[in-house]
Amino acid sequence: MNILELTAVELGKKIKEKEIAVTEATKAVLAQIQSVENSLHCYVTVDEEGALKRAKEVQKGIADGTFTGSLAGVPVAIKDNICTEGLLTTCSSKILDNFIPPYTASAVCNLKQQGAVVLGKTNMDEFAMGSTTETSAYGVTKNPWNTEHVPGGSSGGSCAAVAARECFYALGSDTGGSIRQPSSFCGVTGIKPTYGTISRYGLIAYGSSLDQIGPIGKDVTDCAAILETIASYDFKDSTSVKRERYDFTSALADDVKGLKIGIPADYLGAGLDPEVKEAVLKAAKVLEEKGAIVEEFDLSLVEYAIPAYYAIASAEASSNLSRFDGVKYGYRTKEYEGLHSMYKKSRSEGFGAEVKRRIMLGSFVLSSGYYDAYYLKALRTKALIKQAFDKAFSRYDVIIGPTAPTTAPKLGASLHDPLKMYLGDIYTISVNLAGLPAMSVPCGKDSRGLPIGLQLISDCFREHDMIRAAYAFEQTGTYEEPQLAVEGGAKL
Amino acid sequence: MSGQYETVIGLEVHVELATKTKIFCACPTEFGGAPNTHTCPVCTGMPGSLPVLNKQVVEYALAVGLATNCKINQYCKFDRKNYFYPDNPQNYQISQLYLPICHDGGIEIETAAGRKWVGIHEIHMEEDAGKLIHDDWEDCSLVDFNRSGVPLIEIVSEPDMRSAEEVMAYLEKLRLIIQYLGASDCKLQEGSMRADVNLSVRKAGAKEFGTRTEMKNLNSFKAIARAIEGEKIRQIELLEEGKAVIQETRKWDDNKEASFAMRSKEDAKDYRYFPDPDLVPLVISDEWMQSVKESQPELRTEKLERYKKEFDIPVYDAEIITGSKRLSDLFEETTAIVHKPKKVSNWLMVETLRLLKEKNMEPEDIVFSPENLAKLIELVEAGTINNTVAKEVFEEVFAKNADPEKYVEKHGLKTVNDEGALRSTIEKIIADNPKSVEDYHNGKEKAIGFLVGQTMKAMKGKANPGMVNQMLKELL
Repeated sequence: MNILELTAVELGKKIKEKEIAVTEATKAVLAQIQSVENSLHCYVTVDEEGALKRAKEVQKGIADGTFTGSLAGVPVAIKDNICTEGLLTTCSSKILDNFIPPYTASAVCNLKQQGAVVLGKTNMDEFAMGSTTETSAYGVTKNPWNTEHVPGGSSGGSCAAVAARECFYALGSDTGGSIRQPSSFCGVTGIKPTYGTISRYGLIAYGSSLDQIGPIGKDVTDCAAILETIASYDFKDSTSVKRERYDFTSALADDVKGLKIGIPADYLGAGLDPEVKEAVLKAAKVLEEKGAIVEEFDLSLVEYAIPAYYAIASAEASSNLSRFDGVKYGYRTKEYEGLHSMYKKSRSEGFGAEVKRRIMLGSFVLSSGYYDAYYLKALRTKALIKQAFDKAFSRYDVIIGPTAPTTAPKLGASLHDPLKMYLGDIYTISVNLAGLPAMSVPCGKDSRGLPIGLQLISDCFREHDMIRAAYAFEQTGTYEEPQLAVEGGAKL
Repeated sequence: MSGQYETVIGLEVHVELATKTKIFCACPTEFGGAPNTHTCPVCTGMPGSLPVLNKQVVEYALAVGLATNCKINQYCKFDRKNYFYPDNPQNYQISQLYLPICHDGGIEIETAAGRKWVGIHEIHMEEDAGKLIHDDWEDCSLVDFNRSGVPLIEIVSEPDMRSAEEVMAYLEKLRLIIQYLGASDCKLQEGSMRADVNLSVRKAGAKEFGTRTEMKNLNSFKAIARAIEGEKIRQIELLEEGKAVIQETRKWDDNKEASFAMRSKEDAKDYRYFPDPDLVPLVISDEWMQSVKESQPELRTEKLERYKKEFDIPVYDAEIITGSKRLSDLFEETTAIVHKPKKVSNWLMVETLRLLKEKNMEPEDIVFSPENLAKLIELVEAGTINNTVAKEVFEEVFAKNADPEKYVEKHGLKTVNDEGALRSTIEKIIADNPKSVEDYHNGKEKAIGFLVGQTMKAMKGKANPGMVNQMLKELL
């Protein structure tokens, strides 16, 4: 048996049944990191020593009954914008190149209380701004299916690490598609839950009103189990919601009979790669054959989502990122004269181009004289988009469509044309604006062998509907891992 | 010259609320403490930390708003005011711009000219900043975030005041209301109450307002009065010289009794306010508002009326005592113990006010407890000490909250009521002062005063003066 081939839930079960020791699993995954990390670069920080130490503690905790959860002892990777006490947290930015948080994010606390072993921090687009993981200050992450392609972003490191078996599961964050899009590109499953389901305490903010932490795993079962572990009401996050139910695994039923599924015609129009379209429609057919009622409908307003998103997210980011000033923590320029020179040089040298672009955009839309025309208009658009979804969910339980218009582009093909890159988020962004839950599951490959993702969206606080549909769909095919020639870290 | 001009004044008053913890985290608001010891990830702006609103802040803001006749925005929001400064750890201040908690209220003030209404435009909640300490020796600046996140309310008046006298009356009234509510101790010197003065002048009878300036750094009532006078004259002189007043923020230097420009409107910052996405809109239910209203303590006007009915003390005393929350609390608590309102009032009105004035203190600085004042009064009433000794003891009570019983005991200050001891002392005084005795017998009544004094001196002030007088006459 190859430990690395197990899903997180399978491994958790074997650990509980004492078939596999926590240290054994941790060592196996650390060896895998050792062997493929040079080719893929999924991590900013690998905490080998900490993980092995923690593995021993957790093993003890499982034996004495401290840890009883389904994921106890399973090694996990955390996106580098989620704070971990004592472990470098950089947001893949130079400006946080020395930031060791004095506290741990609530979502990670929840995982640790259930006996998680943290392997390290995964690479991402700087401050989660980007769709390719190429804006990281610490180098690009490559797609495990084809290293000439990007893994997507911004949670590219987390998704690639799951695909390349450099961890059993990972946490990501999703502001405009940052979990779903790289999940699609890397052939893994990722969930962005309803806004407020997972505490944002300790998640370094990009767009606070849109950010949500979420699970990335090898299959739907893993993601449901992870979501169940990390979701909780947290008084430390004012936007956290007290939900009635947190038992997401109860949705894992292979039964979609009578489930009403809508496909927005707007998601199948111009700009969509024909191979992606074919795979998505095939998936719809599968669900229909299983008893779901599937039909196309007009969602409307889709083209307004991107401009509204970039106005709101950038506005919030411009303010959220102002705390990085060289005064309290993080990067400070070496030579400066006076306060303003220190601010200016620290921030100019510490932030990358995409982050600067969004800070400028955000500062502009909040400036006096432009606030009403851009920011307020964007908020009104956001409200209208929510209404359009409300209308749709009065008729459908789940909305499905492509996660992204294409499969993973080649490295270096996106950054020179930010507008085109922003358009790649067209199907994922409106979900964040409306606060909805959504997920991406693999639904095939294109002719180049790159994975295609199916996006499932359900109404607020109704993750169960989309998880059930995703699970039922997943039963018709098996999870496929990329073919990695891992021995000796040779050609991938 | 200034007679032709009218001064128009509006105030922005910042009040530090008396909550135990900060506005968005659980750190203590307590004054002092080693730098950066009352801090956490939230109030030091650590990445990933999030603010959580302190409910008590809302209750205090509501109470002040209701007591100043404001309308309440039952749906209000917090906004971020963005600007870079090292005392501001997030580089934005969480405040309220678009929907402040209270608006459109006002209070009635009274000056020599009579009664007048001063409108309150709005009251909003916000967080205080940290403190910068410039170390000239090391040539560097240090930041202390202990104050960062301490809750404030800002009370913005309408431009309804016309003189320094009205401003003083408005500030005193506001301070009294807030102190009575227990929402703040409102100490100007310590900065728990700060006022910025917006002032413009215009020709008497003009309809339009003149160009205004904003004066900062005013940390006493006297400084405010001087700054108003100074700024009024400065503006009138400019106008008289045919020059224009520039809209700007000025800093008052009370030592130089002059102000200088800090920044003009042209370099006014664009704060890029927007609703804080980390805080959900605050919804104040009717029930919540009602409960704050109902738990509102008795305010000054009602208290004064009650004093007039309930206590047999002069109206003047009642006015002075209720004019300070601290004094009225002391009065009521002490009276509750000794049931002698007149005596209590006397100690407060005479000795307490004298010492406050002498030591340049405010009633809020009083350290003695009602229990110890009550004990002192009881000692006098029981004849255990005389009035002269009592005043001496009170100085100790005032300075250190000394226990009068223990103090009297320790220093042997009890009045000597022992006739034998007194008789022998007086006999000795008579024997030692034959000249005075002779004077007395020759009809010089004053001579007895000297002999009483000598006796008291010999008894170290502890004799009962009535007894001394009586016995002297007897023995002579």
